[in-house]
Amino acid sequence: MGIDTELVSSTSSTLRIATAGSVDDGKSTLIGRLLHDTKTVFEDQLSAVVKASRRYGDGETNLALLTDGLRAEREQGITIDVAHRYFATPRRSFIVADTPGHAQYTRNMVTGASTSDVAIVLVDARHGVLDQTRRHALIASMVGAQAIVLAVNKMDLVDWDEARFLEISAEVQSFVDALPDPVPVTPIPISALLGDNVVDRSANTPWFAGEPLLEFLEAFELRPHGDVGARVHVQRVIRPQGGAHADFRGQAGVVTGGWLRTGDEVTVLPSGLTSTVRALYRWGDEVAEAGPGHAVVVQLATNVDVARGDVLVAGAVIDPLVGDDVVVDVCWMVDRPVTAGSRWWFQHGTRQGHATVLEVQHRLDPTTLERHDTAELVLNDLGRLRLQLGEQVVADQYHVLPEGGRMILIDPADNSTAAAAMVQTVTAAHTNGRG
Amino acid sequence: MTMLHDTRHHQASAHLDALTDEAITIIREVATACENPVLLFSGGKDSAVLLHLAVLAFAPARLPFPVMHVDTGHNFDEVIEYRDRLVHEWNVRLVVASVQESIDKGRVVEDTGPRASRNRLQSVTLLDAIAEHGFDAAFGGGRRDEDKARAKERILSFRDRQGRWDPRQQRPEPWAMLNARIRKGEHLRAFPLSNWTELDIWRYIARHDVPLPSIYFSHRREVVERDGMLLAVGGPVELEPGEMPFEATVRYRTVGDASCTGAVESHAADVRDVLAEVAAARITERGATRADDTFSESAMEDRKREGYF
Repeated sequence: MGIDTELVSSTSSTLRIATAGSVDDGKSTLIGRLLHDTKTVFEDQLSAVVKASRRYGDGETNLALLTDGLRAEREQGITIDVAHRYFATPRRSFIVADTPGHAQYTRNMVTGASTSDVAIVLVDARHGVLDQTRRHALIASMVGAQAIVLAVNKMDLVDWDEARFLEISAEVQSFVDALPDPVPVTPIPISALLGDNVVDRSANTPWFAGEPLLEFLEAFELRPHGDVGARVHVQRVIRPQGGAHADFRGQAGVVTGGWLRTGDEVTVLPSGLTSTVRALYRWGDEVAEAGPGHAVVVQLATNVDVARGDVLVAGAVIDPLVGDDVVVDVCWMVDRPVTAGSRWWFQHGTRQGHATVLEVQHRLDPTTLERHDTAELVLNDLGRLRLQLGEQVVADQYHVLPEGGRMILIDPADNSTAAAAMVQTVTAAHTNGRG
Repeated sequence: MTMLHDTRHHQASAHLDALTDEAITIIREVATACENPVLLFSGGKDSAVLLHLAVLAFAPARLPFPVMHVDTGHNFDEVIEYRDRLVHEWNVRLVVASVQESIDKGRVVEDTGPRASRNRLQSVTLLDAIAEHGFDAAFGGGRRDEDKARAKERILSFRDRQGRWDPRQQRPEPWAMLNARIRKGEHLRAFPLSNWTELDIWRYIARHDVPLPSIYFSHRREVVERDGMLLAVGGPVELEPGEMPFEATVRYRTVGDASCTGAVESHAADVRDVLAEVAAARITERGATRADDTFSESAMEDRKREGYF
């Protein structure tokens, strides 16, 4: 049942896309073009953009104004923060994160890329591959995008030169091949401004045998994550006070990693207590089974101690890792640098606690992919930290199960989100007793 | 043809499943991470869907927080009647924050004239009520597809002690992990419907039979045409010289302050008709029906900075 469901939904499920690339490579224009050519743009939105284009002195209707929603963005003609846009074709629904190209807004690019299945990395055909192109391809692969579309844009400005297209494609391909987590790359020559190879095949690229962008995205088959066994990070205990359900006690959370069924044996981590699933509820109704992404309430057969932050594990194919000594890859997102000995809050699953940095292991140079010894990471740096957590976590390696391997760090000084972190290893070296 | 229809139906249905799970997860997370949340309820379709999801999120337990209606005093009677019926049937606690009281206390000064609207005044009433009740998080039905400024908003959006939104200093939200830590006096706005479109809202209403105020469906009403919108006559809208009221078959696509929410001509009498109409629509719901958002390109951003919903 579980497998059949995944087969059916793999081609028809929603595709989440993020755009990436340097400033002025045409990311917002491309999104505007996709929205416009799939007839997603409403008449009042288009007329507002036509008016605004005239006011800002743009020659043609500036489709980027459809997504650059902040006043400062329109005035400066740049994207500062992620904009989310939605469109659907008869074949598929799409959620698009239009992300900023400026290095100073890399943290917002990470936010956009983190939830995306496919990253569209744009390159201006005239300027070729830039540092930001490499940085964004690296981030997309780090956060687990399943594919990169290399959109070689502004091909009209290089006279649709096939040699130029192949040169850029080869350069990106060799960079991606060298990444710690290589991702398949599909190059497409486009003009976002004129619409070539975005929705419709271009007559200007007879030498290009591949699909236009939208066709590729519609047909892209999401690779379901392997079944590692079900986990539920408990958000909350549901306990009606009195009334007809006074004896009801259930654990609310999201299923990840596999399928959970009535009658399954369950281990509560980190305590190790066991029970079985008496009943499952989704959207208030009882269901026989629940799969990845389903928001459920789990009713256990026995009254074991389960609280927010605990994890219910059933049918583990790969056991989750339990411990408080954690190595993570991070993107650093705040001005305050991170150094050995510095203290933060961590948030993992539904658990929060103290985190002390044991060591800054390296900084990753996003253009050369070299690892440098360093005493600190600063804003927008990518690197690796070893953390001592104040409590044990029940985690997965990020590449095994992203939902169990993602973490954020929070600055206790002002509560800002300081880092996106991806779990590499978990050990219980500093634990005394449990786990 | 049938194949295409089936595929489309399946993909739309799977998409709505995922949105439903996501919204319930957000509601549970924020309600548990925060101490004293509240759900903002206008009586409109988005807040009806939000409340329906919130009730499901904690079933069979009772909704563990109250709902708050910011009452401009310029209401459609049908909406107030609907609000009171719903909170009774769904067993939720209602708090009303009154714009009229804010005016009486001198917290805000009301505009006058035929185009006066209390829409903007709501922000002050809302922030006062949040402070008075000590709410640390307010759920709203805002959707990113409504407006360009909303498209930039995080799922969990930070507000400083003055209730202000700073679009340039938003907390990054990788993997949609929600950082709910705040200091005293600050608060959060949570938007579980961030990734929904107008069509998704109507599909959910159809799937779960969510009750709505009757004005969402076609009815005869005396209206006047102003700036390309049809405004109801007989309520807070004052006629300007030369304006001729007439009767039309209309429905509302959004429900807001009666002084600035327009109707559209429509014969859509039930949810099925409305779904067909929305799927074919060529104008956004706000562009068609909300005078408050058509003032300037940044109207929504400016109001959001001041603490608007």
